[in-house]
Amino acid sequence: MAAIRGVRLFRIGCYATRQNPTSKTPRYLQLREFRVNGVHRQQPFDSSAEKPQFPGASAEFVDQLEFIKPNVISGIPVYRVMDRQGQIINPSEDPQLTKEQVLNFYQKMTLLNTMDRILYESQRQGRISFYMTNYGEEGTHIGSAAALDPNDLVFGQYREAGVLMYRGFPLDLFMAQCYANVDDLGKGRQMPVHYGSKDLNFVTISSPLATQIPQAAGAAYALKRENNNRAVICFFGEGAASEGDAHAGFNFSATLECPLIFFCRNNGYAISTPTNEQYRGDGIAARGPGYGMMSIRVDGNDVFAVYNATKEARRRAVAENQPFLIEAMTYRIGHHSTSDDSSAYRSVDEVNYWDKQDHPISRLRHYMNARNWWGEEEERTWRKQSRKLVMEAFEKAERRLKPKVDLLFSDVYQEMTPNLEKQKDAMWRHIQQYKEHYPIDLYDK
Amino acid sequence: MAAAARFLSRSASIKSAISNVNGGVHSCLGITLVRLSPNGTCSSRTQRRHVSHFTFQPDPVPTQYGPTQKMNLFQSVTSALDNTLATDPTAVIFGEDVAFGGVFRCTVGLRDKYGKDRVFNTPLCEQGIVGFGIGVAVAGATAIAEIQFADYIYPAFDQIVNEAAKYRYRSGNLFDCGNLTIRAPWGCVGHGSLYHSQSPEAFFAHCPGIKIVVPRSPVQAKGLLLSCIADQNPCIFFEPKILYRAAVEQVPTEPYTIPLSQAEVLQEGSDVTLVAWGTQVHVMREVATMAQEKLGVSCELIDLQTILPWDTETVCKSVAKTGRLLISHEAPVTGGFAAEISSTVQEECFLNLEAPIARVCGYDTPFPHIFEPFYIPDKWKCFDAVKRMINY
Repeated sequence: MAAIRGVRLFRIGCYATRQNPTSKTPRYLQLREFRVNGVHRQQPFDSSAEKPQFPGASAEFVDQLEFIKPNVISGIPVYRVMDRQGQIINPSEDPQLTKEQVLNFYQKMTLLNTMDRILYESQRQGRISFYMTNYGEEGTHIGSAAALDPNDLVFGQYREAGVLMYRGFPLDLFMAQCYANVDDLGKGRQMPVHYGSKDLNFVTISSPLATQIPQAAGAAYALKRENNNRAVICFFGEGAASEGDAHAGFNFSATLECPLIFFCRNNGYAISTPTNEQYRGDGIAARGPGYGMMSIRVDGNDVFAVYNATKEARRRAVAENQPFLIEAMTYRIGHHSTSDDSSAYRSVDEVNYWDKQDHPISRLRHYMNARNWWGEEEERTWRKQSRKLVMEAFEKAERRLKPKVDLLFSDVYQEMTPNLEKQKDAMWRHIQQYKEHYPIDLYDK
Repeated sequence: MAAAARFLSRSASIKSAISNVNGGVHSCLGITLVRLSPNGTCSSRTQRRHVSHFTFQPDPVPTQYGPTQKMNLFQSVTSALDNTLATDPTAVIFGEDVAFGGVFRCTVGLRDKYGKDRVFNTPLCEQGIVGFGIGVAVAGATAIAEIQFADYIYPAFDQIVNEAAKYRYRSGNLFDCGNLTIRAPWGCVGHGSLYHSQSPEAFFAHCPGIKIVVPRSPVQAKGLLLSCIADQNPCIFFEPKILYRAAVEQVPTEPYTIPLSQAEVLQEGSDVTLVAWGTQVHVMREVATMAQEKLGVSCELIDLQTILPWDTETVCKSVAKTGRLLISHEAPVTGGFAAEISSTVQEECFLNLEAPIARVCGYDTPFPHIFEPFYIPDKWKCFDAVKRMINY
């Protein structure tokens, strides 16, 4: 890139020449003189106290050839608050949440799980076109969302529905988006699970991976200038972190000092690609320091560890205007999406381990059981109730009409352009003539 | 400390070198040349360049917007940015090397006047610049991003096409990045070769959701840029870099806007309609004069100004009157925006057309270095097209 920049500056020079072919003073002489003087000025330096003077880094000289080795065998440790049986390991790290808060965590995680099961099945029956579950990653969503201020702006990838769930996004609207019915805030234009909510400060999801990462940096910069004590959180998977946009976002947020939390869900797979084909360093967390970014790795199946890390990152990001990187280690228990059969590239045993032995929901339940905050009875009642809530929303969503067809043309631009107006009229003229070939009755009038 | 001091003086020398562009030869090229001829003169044969392929003609001085000042195109851009920062406290300007004034001097003085949190350098990464700008706009602030050359906008193509252009639509208008404007130097410059000459507007014209604007002069540049910044849609504003210094005219110092999606009829005529944008408008103006003088042909000259969404009405109305259309742009002919104009006009004005629509454009090659005079659709190529069209 340095070479190209050279070309760019060179170009300006050429330009000046072209504009003034008859100019007489050769300023290059001054430039040359300057360089010579520069050399002279360097000489009085005492060589015994010699320190590198390069503008690009602050470091000592070393007189032995040695390459820096990456440390991937014993990587950045995984921060944990409770063990797999829900026991707090170090009491000083216990976030001391109230019973209500913990029950809320648990209910939001399980409600998300119930919704996932029902919508996954509905896709299998062809009732919605597509779905992506959150199995195994419920703890990362709820733990991080709970540590944020509701005004904090969220940029996500697509597997963060729990953040919306925690913020109180109604089941009806989750369903409306997946069914793309008349209630969908997105007007039925995007594929299922591409949620968004202005009221809940959750920026609408888009499919292209990692594009949200530099955007989150820009939003954080704007919020910093507003000085309203708001932060931005940006979620992405470990696969998306390989995109160029991730590099851009990390670097921009550090150099431009943005109050931003990067939250990486490292679940071991990007569709079928395991992490050893995704990177060779120590995961994603190890990249943070390279960008000058405070970084931590947490147990993503430990909702309290996620909560603590996010809480502290949020506090410091806002106070110090600097980005933080949290890498939450998890396991993607479900298939990548309904268009994927993960048994084609990983074993059932592997999946079962995480589902049965180390799951964020069961871990939190152990914690609650130990405090007698939750028992078999509560579990049965809540299961029934949550299933009923989801089924009601589901059936209601299925009965609703699709949005009116005119909405195909609006919001391309803020205003309707004459060209689009013309195309809309042409479409309606056509449909009126051939209406039997179009599913017009399914759509709102 | 010493390191810091030296770094600063180094950049100061660059700054002064650039700020004295009108004062003397001091470029890398200059150094090479003088080494070859020790007496310090630059009048060697290798240095002689092909005469400029256009002649800039200033428009009449606009009187309706208050006091005016003599500005070239880069100064009128600065003036528009200055007006914006003064009136909109959320507005920020960023990109590569904008802090010291920009490699084309478009942002000179703005950092000192408005602060380093409002006019700042970014890391060298185009996808980051546009992604960052989208984020600023999503959060409700005004983002004015600079891509150093239009040739280097492609790394940001994904952010522009998949993100910026679709933000409002895909969210059902919950979110948008309408406050984003991307400025980029554009078009040929005499010796820019492959990566300092491109005209990429047609790549973006296929993308619903963005606006693309190219001005022809300092007055147009300021008015159209202020419209882009105010417009509630993401806009790409291409600045013909060959005009940055070459085009000088009286420009109002106060803010004013020139509407987007409106072509301007610069000269009425009855025999042929000529459509162009950017620098090529000036080429076409000469072609119109040549056609009048040499062929007695009356040309109607239209500056399209906005490439997307473009003003079909003005163009079609003109062709319905003249019956002939010549479209010219610097970009390669295949898939160029002239194809879009041509097929639309053919559809709308079929019964009025008396000759095939002519496109005089760049050839379907990369933009060459030493062959530039043969590559560009200059006035002689355009004149010949008019002649053939009249004799059809």
